[in-house]
Order: sequence, then structure tokens, then C-alpha cells
Amino acid sequence: MADLVYDKNGRLMFTKQMKDEGYKILLPMMAELHFSIITNVLKYYGYNVELLKTNGPEIAQVGLKYVHNDTCYPAILVIGQFIHALQSGKYDVNKTALMITQSGGGCRASNYIHLLRKALVKAGFPNVPVISLNMSGLESNSGFVITLPLLRRIAAAGLYGDMLMSLDNQVKPYEIHKGDSQALIDKWTKKLSDTLISGHGFKLKELSENLDEIAKDYSQIPIKKVPKVKVGVVGEIYVKYSPLGNNNLEKFLYEQDCQVNVPGLIGFIMFKIDNRLEDHKLYGGNIVKYTVLNKLMNYIKELEELITNSQLKFGFQPPARYDHVKELTKGVIGYGTKMGEGWLLTGEMLELVESGFENIVCAQPFGCLPNHICGKGMIREIKHIYDNANIVAIDYDPGAPRVNQENRIKLMLAVAKEQLKKETQSSDNVTAKTEETEQAVV
Amino acid sequence: MIKIGLDIGSTTVKCVALDENNKLLYKTYERHYSQITEKISELFKRIRTEIPGAENAYIAMSGSAGMGVADACGIDFIQEVYATRVAANTFIPNTDVVIELGGEDAKILFLSGGMEVRMNGSCAGGTGAFIDQMATLLNVPIEELNSLAEKHEKIYTIASRCGVFAKTDIQPLLNQGAKKTDIAASIFMAVVNQTIAGLAQGREIKGKIVYLGGPLTFIPQLRLDFDKTLKTQGICPENSLYYVAMGAALCAEKTVNFDNAVHKIEVYRGTGNFAFNKPLFNNQQELDEFRERHSRAKVKKGELKGFKGEAFVGIDAGSTTVKGVVTDSDGTLLYSEYMSNSGNPVPIVKDFISHIYEINPDIKINSSAVTGYGEEIIKNAFGVDVGVVETIAHLTAAKKFMPDVEFVIDIGGQDIKCFKIHNGAIDNIFLNEACSSGCGSFLQTFANALGYSAEEFSKMGLLAKQPVDLGSRCTVFMNSSVKQAQKDGATIEDISAGLCLSVVKNALYKVIRVSSPDELGKKIVVQGGTFLNDAVLRAFEQEMGTDVIRPDISGLMGAYGAALYAQSLYDGKSKSTILDTKQLAEFKHEIKSVNCGGCSNNCRLTINTFSDGRKFIAGNRCERPVTKKAPDDSFNIYQYKLKLLQEYKSQKGTRGKIGIPMGLNMYELLPFWHTFLTKLGFEVVTSPLSTRKIYLHGQQTIPSDTVCFPAKLMHGHIQWLIDNGIDTIFYPCMSYNFDEHLGDNHYNCPVVAYYPEVIKANMRDISKVKFFSEFVGIHRPKDFPKKICAELQKYFDGITLKDVKAAAKAAYAENDNYLAKVRAYGDDIIARAEKEGKRIIVLAGRPYHADPEINHGIDKLISSFDVAIVSEDVVSCHEQKIPTGVLNQWTYHSRMYAAADYVSKHDNMNLVQLVSFGCGIDAITTDEVRAILERNGKIYTQIKIDEITNLGAVKIRLRSLLATT
Repeated sequence: MADLVYDKNGRLMFTKQMKDEGYKILLPMMAELHFSIITNVLKYYGYNVELLKTNGPEIAQVGLKYVHNDTCYPAILVIGQFIHALQSGKYDVNKTALMITQSGGGCRASNYIHLLRKALVKAGFPNVPVISLNMSGLESNSGFVITLPLLRRIAAAGLYGDMLMSLDNQVKPYEIHKGDSQALIDKWTKKLSDTLISGHGFKLKELSENLDEIAKDYSQIPIKKVPKVKVGVVGEIYVKYSPLGNNNLEKFLYEQDCQVNVPGLIGFIMFKIDNRLEDHKLYGGNIVKYTVLNKLMNYIKELEELITNSQLKFGFQPPARYDHVKELTKGVIGYGTKMGEGWLLTGEMLELVESGFENIVCAQPFGCLPNHICGKGMIREIKHIYDNANIVAIDYDPGAPRVNQENRIKLMLAVAKEQLKKETQSSDNVTAKTEETEQAVV
Repeated sequence: MIKIGLDIGSTTVKCVALDENNKLLYKTYERHYSQITEKISELFKRIRTEIPGAENAYIAMSGSAGMGVADACGIDFIQEVYATRVAANTFIPNTDVVIELGGEDAKILFLSGGMEVRMNGSCAGGTGAFIDQMATLLNVPIEELNSLAEKHEKIYTIASRCGVFAKTDIQPLLNQGAKKTDIAASIFMAVVNQTIAGLAQGREIKGKIVYLGGPLTFIPQLRLDFDKTLKTQGICPENSLYYVAMGAALCAEKTVNFDNAVHKIEVYRGTGNFAFNKPLFNNQQELDEFRERHSRAKVKKGELKGFKGEAFVGIDAGSTTVKGVVTDSDGTLLYSEYMSNSGNPVPIVKDFISHIYEINPDIKINSSAVTGYGEEIIKNAFGVDVGVVETIAHLTAAKKFMPDVEFVIDIGGQDIKCFKIHNGAIDNIFLNEACSSGCGSFLQTFANALGYSAEEFSKMGLLAKQPVDLGSRCTVFMNSSVKQAQKDGATIEDISAGLCLSVVKNALYKVIRVSSPDELGKKIVVQGGTFLNDAVLRAFEQEMGTDVIRPDISGLMGAYGAALYAQSLYDGKSKSTILDTKQLAEFKHEIKSVNCGGCSNNCRLTINTFSDGRKFIAGNRCERPVTKKAPDDSFNIYQYKLKLLQEYKSQKGTRGKIGIPMGLNMYELLPFWHTFLTKLGFEVVTSPLSTRKIYLHGQQTIPSDTVCFPAKLMHGHIQWLIDNGIDTIFYPCMSYNFDEHLGDNHYNCPVVAYYPEVIKANMRDISKVKFFSEFVGIHRPKDFPKKICAELQKYFDGITLKDVKAAAKAAYAENDNYLAKVRAYGDDIIARAEKEGKRIIVLAGRPYHADPEINHGIDKLISSFDVAIVSEDVVSCHEQKIPTGVLNQWTYHSRMYAAADYVSKHDNMNLVQLVSFGCGIDAITTDEVRAILERNGKIYTQIKIDEITNLGAVKIRLRSLLATT
């Protein structure tokens, strides 16, 4: 075990010595595509990282044992997953560190890292250091330094993740040979990881080329377009993406024969940066900081543009641009609503309805505070704007049985299917024949 | 072509067959006692023979419990709400709204004008299961509940959100002697309110309304209550129980191969993921050893008949049971009774005492004591010598078995009480407040639902091979989990053991919040009726990894402790004041209920009159109805704050009226905004102090039923302003609060920060007024005037920066002035209390906890114990920022950490934290405040408050706190 070094507040640090000694760094699962690629970026920087892929009901049970039971479900799962791993005997607990994202901001989520440390002490792992992965300079560690090149690579990883997720969702429901899309995901996660590990693939030009390649690959999958129910998924960031958190929501919807649309991670990152710009506009503040952040924002917008271009080039429906989502939100909810997913959550729902995904699952942990406002609180207003919006809010919680959740989703789907039937019947009448577009293999 | 529809509900199975004209040919309605697959396959075999042409019929299935089964046997599944809609459209054209209550579901369907379907989310409050539970609690069959309600005179407020909460409301009412007729009616009213508040969410329920489902079919009184509340007359159609099944039939499009389907159902196993625990006992031998070990913890027993010495009587009038014992001066148990409470403890205790006199007519009772929820009424009714708080009674009893006991845990019918003992005194108390899933009634409910007696059921789990891990959760959730587990093939034995484990886990991880036995100490005494259950006891030992002592009178410990307590106070001379044979024979008890009206709490009083004309008043929060004098508020900062805030009166202004809703952060920022707006020329009108009525006015527009009560109240305040002709309302969004330099940041919680957005998006009438809900930053006084000026100019003409600057200056000054007054008064209370030797309690919460509708008069209740009350802010201002184990980033919460630190340094002070149910942030703060206090050897006390609060539990907590420090 490396020497234990504490900062002045008594926080156990992740030191350079720990890094040099090859401490295993465990990362909790959230969005699998994105996090797998990020893991490889970190490996390039010499960190011995492992993404936790454990699941099952024990994780929540372990979490409940060490975290206040009224805390949000994501905290219970993330902490449960960590402690479950440490207790598994698979890792040398004297040479293991944990990494967790810390968003900052007025939501409870900023406290996960502290709850994790408390839980570690309770569970008898006080010597396991926890690394905060954040962009706010909240906690520093000599063994883990976030540099600009690292950030750019992480951003690239996020971008690739969003791209693959978006294309998979567009193609998989219609593929003729089951498994084609998954094969491309496997191919590209491997290829992109190799590229990033070798130190490439994150500059604008490389990104653009790779994204084009991916889109091209996907455009060659043979598909059969039939009318399907289109469902958007929004919500608190963890339960939105994590199959562990949302009881495999995406898979369930896919099995119910839906086309799913899950807005990407890049939008959330832009939202978090944009919040500081909005704060400046609303309340005043340091102009230098504003300028720097504004530059960063513009850089990410450029990245976002790359996805849009590649997808359009190959005939896909690209994810909505951040600026467009923000524009839609105007007058519905204020840009000052920044805690948790804030106005972005409302915006994503509005955008989904606008782009044909009027059936929406709004997923949140039971008792999620920001979601009282931006999720459930805005549904009435969204329906007021779009009367075809068909939104169901689902609470996730260690005690909420999956049957009840699926039953409520099925209600939403029943209404959606009826609507789809009506639409296809009326379009049948117009065209007088069934449309079956088969895409030629290029 | 015949169409068959099945509806597999949470408690019943319904099946119908329709002919081609949708005429009903066949119907059946049966309970399934959770034997779902067996029931369905039996039903299939039956309809095949009973319905002519079934072989060729189209079949579809619906209902929450039918989902997995339908998929497995290739039958189309129709979501049940959707099915209802199809049926309603077919059989009752022009229906506008359908209200359907089922076993665990509540639904509202809006059919006309923009179709919408709503069903209850993760809470089963206000459903059939809830009514069932309540009927069990009152010990009457459902039908009688209806006839009782018909005869009601008044309605009590009962939380309908959750059966558990309602129980805690009803139990004290029963114990105070409220009439069953009134309670029955109140239960129905609660269901109505829950359905409307939870599901309407801002949409009006009007037009042609149809009532469906079991409860609304069987309980006319419930329909009447809906009619009354909605000011309409709904229809309960013929076959109202079968709408889901008929809807499924109407949607059916496929025939089914019966043999195949039945086969598939019989081999069906679900796919839910359950963890399994190791068995409680691996074999009979382990079980025998376990029983032998526990049989050693025995109390000495004697014979009451013919007993000549000094005798002491102890009574524990608990929430669901009444226990009584007679002991001698050595603590030998001479006689005991363990009786069900049946909703009214008085006649039961009367019987108990009469039995003593019957068995031993010459008995000489030296003293007596009573404890438990019914303490006060029993003490008054029967002249019991002393009352003793439950915790002390239990500790006294536990010490008899283990003099150096370190931890006592008592799990009763619906309470968990546990406490740590340090140096022979109670050091820390844990009580369950929001949830009773770790209690005996929980097991009983399940046992009954599955068709067993509680005793039978719990024995089944002892030798279970693979106890299901059902986690630690609420009864309602557990219900669905149990069903899922059954579908997954868990046996009834595994479920029984699993539920016992859940009881234990709930107690440990939800109530006590431990993670290892070391935290509780090594010497543990367990007691309470629930531990008489060997499976629960074993699960507890297993989970904690330690052996514990269970006295053989585990269920009687409260009463036994009371008797020992009575004995310890006995002076050796006097005779007990308990009623003698003659007085008992003449004993009479009458109950009347009235509203106090002495103050805004408007307590509902129950006046009990006894045979000799003695009176006992219950339900009061303060002494006013008893002493007829206003309580002394001079040591109560909460009352002072209310008084100060009410001094901000309207002043006529050139710009006309502007309304401020009195809730959430306005409880502290009123001085700021009132001054600011008044200076700008507005006539500021505030909504009045919250009342139940104000809350009900806004409840239809609450979009999220799990948000905290203070936020929900905001809807009522805004509605009040609109209803009172205020056409401009000022309620800004605020991410940030003032920086008091006590934390790393100074946020408001998300709900406080952005609730104006919820109001704007969900209250229909907001479009009738000018609603200022812009984002403002009072935390930056230099930028504030310019920023808000620009926003104000969007709404009002002629606002100039100069005026705004002047108004802001005055506002900041007034804010400082207000806080200074509060702090000075707080300092004064502390100084006076110290001079008079009064104990001081820092009642820590948020500023809006001063709202009497939110705190339910808890401040007055605490005052009545002759202690001084200050709030967190008046002590936190004397503190610096302290290091915390959590991110300290919310202004109001930073104060609590600082206050805890301050209290730690003062011997005469204790901290009691008020926590609003559903406050996510308090999941973090409560643990941290507790840590700060315990680090310094102080006892942490928490009171959870919601729409309704069980003052009985609050009293126990406070009395225990005061008795031990």
C-alpha cells in the first residue's frame, strides 16, 4: 500500500505514488458506450482503470446498507456497486482507488462523493481513496491531474458515445439481420478505443473523419422501414442512461417494438457549462471567467456540429443541437433553472415531441428534487404546447417493483400504438398502398 | 364470434365473455389469494367447459398481475387503463371522466377534450388495499365501514397518502376515544382527497362521470363522498367490476389453444431478479438449539389467586394491543393479559382490572403505572397512579433481564422503538416515524392476504430453503414484490422468511441506520410482540451477527416495565389510586368531539367523560382547552417570528396591489420583499397563515405527489391570492440565498429555488394574473438593483433604476433589521431560560417550519413541557463555518450544522430537528447533524412532519429526550 496522505480537511488523497504503484481505479457504470471509451482514454494516461460491469439486486442491497435510505437511488446504486466490488475479494483493497463524477450545483448529487466516503468508512475501507472527476476544480489530487489534452480526449469519447448510441437507436429496430448494429458497436468501440489509446482520434479533423466512417458503416446495414412507435427517454442523468438504474429500460422498449431516442451526454455537459454563463447574465460576475467559458462552449458546439454533419451526410436524423433545444425552452421554464438536469430536461421533452418522438418516458429517482420542477412539474405545460405529447413519469427506487414500472410504460405505449394505428391507416388511405422502403446495400 | 376477456388484478380475477353484439354472456369475479398462476389455469379449464364456443373465441388478458403470464402463454396483453377506456367508450358513450379504484391502483381517465389517463405512481394510498387496511385497523368488515360512515357527525383529517401514515393518524384518534363512525367517514374522505390531489393534477373533473372498480362498487358512501367533493353525480354502471375484463374482451383479436395455454401457465416462471438469503436454520437441530437458548431468558412467575403481599399493576396501552401485568415487590409476574386493542383501549383495560379483582378479590394494589399511546386516557379513566414514557418503561423491564444492557430494540404492532444505553441512562432513541414496514402489523397484513394467520405464517419460514430478499421497503411496494417473487417461483415458505428478514432490515437500516452490530453494543435485549416470532428473532441475530436476549415475556415488557416503575416510586405506605371493585362496577365512559377554536391550530378535541363526572380532553396541543388560558409564548421563538412577520401590513401605494404567497422562503424574505415592493409604490398583500382549507384549495394543481408538504401548500396560497382579486403576484425564482459564510456555497434547495416555475406551469388561474417569477440574485447586493430593474421593467411601466436602488437599499436594511430582532429575541430567551434554569431546545428546521400548518403546533407542544424554544438561526449566527463530512452548500442547511455545533457546546441545550417528509436534502443533513451532536455526546432527536403528524410519537420522543438528559 502506498503512503496515505491527507489534505488539510482530512480528505484521503490519490497520490502520484499510488498512480505509479499501479493502483486499480474503479469507475461506476452509467452510459456503457461512453464510459467504455472514456476508460480507454484514461488508460492512455497511465491510469489502471476498470469500469464496473456488475449488476443484480445485491448492489442495491449493499447500497441500502451503507447509504441513508432516503438518499437518491443513483447514490445508493453507485455506492452499492463500489462497495460490492471492494467486498467481492476481486481487488486488492490496499491498492484500489475509486473514481466518481462530481457535478457541483445545488442538487443532492454534488454530495455523492461525500456519502461515498462516509460509506467507505462504515464498510471498513477507510484507506481507499476517492477521486473526484469534475470540471469545477472541486477537489485536487497529486496522482490525478485533469489537463486540457485529457479533457479534449474525454470530450471526444463522449462524442463517439453519443454518435454510436444515436445511430444504434435509429438502425437497430429496423435491421433485417438481427445483430448487425450491435456488431458495429463492438467494432467501433474497439477501434475507437485503440485509436484513443494510441493518442489519436480527438482532433477536430480526426473526429470528423471517424464520425463519417461510423455513419457510413451504419448506412450500409440493410433495414426495413415499418411504422413503429417512437419513444424518447429523458430524465435524471443516471437513471436515464444506466440499465442498472432503470431496469433495462431501453431494452424493454426495444422488445416492445419501439424506436427509442435517448438524447446524448454532450448536451448535458454543455448545459452544465452554459449554466455558468447564464448565472453571469442573471446575477452578474467575473467577465474573464465568462469569456473563457464562452470559448469552451463554442468549442463543444463545434464538436456537436460534427455529429450533425456526419449523420445528415448519410441520411440519418441527427440529434437536436443544444442551441435549438434551448430555444424551444424559452418561455416555458427559465434558464436559471440549473440544478440537476434543470431546464434541459424540459427542453429535451419539447424537442423530442417536435421531432416525432411524442411518446416519452421521463425517468427519475423517487423523490428527485429537481425533477419535481423540470420533469413532472412541466408535463402539463408541454401538453399544453403539444397536445399529442404522451408522457409518462416513472419513479425508480430500490423498492419500486419493475412490474409496476412496466405496467405504466405499457399504458403509455397502448395510447401510442393506437395513435400510430390511426396515422398509418390515414396515410394508407392517401397512398393506397403499403410503403415498404428497403434500403439498398451500397 | 365470442370474445373473452380476463382481468388479473392485484387481489381478484375477473373473466367475461361477450357475444358479437357485445352482450355479456358470462362473468365471474373471484379472489386469487396471490395464487395467481393456479387461479388462471383453473379458470381456463373452467371457461372452456362453461362458455360454449370458448375454443374458438378471441381471448385477451389485462390487469397488473397478468402481464408476465399473458406474454408467456401467447395471449395478447391489454394494459388495464386502456382496456377500461375501450369499455367505457363502448358501453357508456359520452363519458367524460372515469374514476376507477382497484386493489392497489387508482386511476382517472379523462376521455373528452384531450384524452388523458392518470394512474397512481409509486404510492398505493387511497386504493382498495388502503381501505382494507383501515377496516382491519378498526376491526370491522368493509360493509360495516360503509354503514358506520353513514352515521358520521364529523370528519377528521387523515393522511390518505399511505396506509401507514393513515394508521398513525387513526390510532391516536382511536386512543383518544374518537367515534368509529366519524373515523370511517374520515377514511373515505381521505381516499377522495388522495385521488383528486394525486391524479387530477390541475385538470378539472366534470361532466359525465363514471365510477368503476371494487371499492366504488361496494361502498356507496365512498361514491357519495366523491359526488359531494366534485359537486356532481356520478354513475356506477351495471357490471362496474368488469370493465377492465370487458375492455380486454373488446380488444381481443386472437384465438388461443387452451391445452397449450394451460400448460404454459402451469410451468410459468417470471423473470424478476431476486436475491436469496441463506436459510434461517439449516435443520431442525439448529432450530431446537436456538429455541433452547432463548427459553432461558425467563421471568419468575407466581400465582395471583390467593396472593397476599404487595402488588403492582402495569398497563401498556399500545397502538394495536393492550398489555397488563400484576407483579409482586420482587418483580415476580403474578398475572398478565395480552389483548387486541380493537380500536378502543378503555373497555379492554376495564376488563383487565375486573379480572384481577375476580381472581383475587382481596388483592391489595400498592401502586400502578401506565405507558403507551393510550397512557393519558387510561390514567384518567381508571385513576392509575403514574404515567411513564414508553422508552423508560421498556428500559426498566430490560434491565431486569440484563442489568448491563447496552441496546434495547422493541418491535411492536406498528412502532419500532430502540435506544442505546450509556452509563445506565438512555443515550439515543430511534423511533420509526414515516414508515411502519418493519413492524408486526406488516407481517400480519401479509399473512392475512395470503390466507394464513400471522402465527401460522411466520412459522412457515423457519426452515425455508431460500428466503427471498425483498429488501427494506414500504408495505405497499412489498406487496408487489411479493407477487413478483411468487411468479418467479418462490415458495410461500421462502416468502415468509423473506418478509421476516425485511422486518429486520427495515428496522436496522431504515430506522436505526446501523451497518454493523458494533454500533449497537454487544448486549442487546429484544422485545415487543414481533420478536415472539422466532423467524424474526433469528433473522435479527443473523443480520447482526450476534446472539441477543429475548425475554419470555417479550410482548409484555412495556407493561412489566410500568409495573416495576410503579414499584420503584412506591413510598411503602400509600394505597394505589386505581379504581376499586365498586368504582369499576360503576364505571361509565362517554365521548364527545368538538373543535377547540382557541387558536389557529383549531385542534379537534375529544372530550371523554367518566362515571364520576371527571373529564379528560385529548387531541389538544397546548393547555388552553384545559386551563382556559392562552399558553405562555414568551419562551417560544416560533411564535415571536410569526408575530413579527404579521407586522408587515399593506400600505396603500400608487402602483396598486401586489400579492406575496406566504410560504417556503417567503417566511424569511418577507421583510426584504415587502419593503422593496412597498418602496416601489406597490400595496403588498400577503396571503394569510396557512390553514387546511387553503391547502385544499390548491391541491388539485399539484403535479408531483411526492414533493414536500411546504411546497404543496404554495398552490393554496397562490390560489388564495387569485381568489381574493389580486391581479399581480410576486414570487421570484432564486437559485441562491444570502451567503452567511457558514458553508461552501449558499444555494436554496431545488424546490425552494424553482417552485415558482411549477406554479406557473401547473396552476390554470395563473394566466389570469400578472405573475412575476423571474430569476433574481439577492446574494449580490451590488448587481441586484440593475438586474431586477431590467426584469421589473418587463412587467411594470415607469420603474427607474434610481427608485429600484433606493428600494433595494431599504430592503437590505429591513432584512438586517428583521434578522437582528429575531436574533436579539433569541438571545433574550436563552438568557431568561438560563436565569430561570429552564431547559432550552433548539428546534431546528427551515424558516417556513414556523408555519403552524406545517409544524402542527409542535412548538407549542414542546413549550408545554416547560422548556424554552429557539430556532437554528438564532444560534448559528454565533458560529463560524465548521468542517463537515458532507458538501455544505445550502444556506438553510448550513445553519443546522452550525446550530448543532453550538448546541454541542452548551450543557443546557438540546437540538430537535424538524424534517419535512420527502425532503431529499434532509437525507443528507440529518445524518450529518446527528454525527455532529453524537460526536459531542449529545442526543439527536428528529421529528418528521408531513401533511399530518402523529403528535403521540412526537410526545414520546420529547419526553424521552427530557427524561434522559
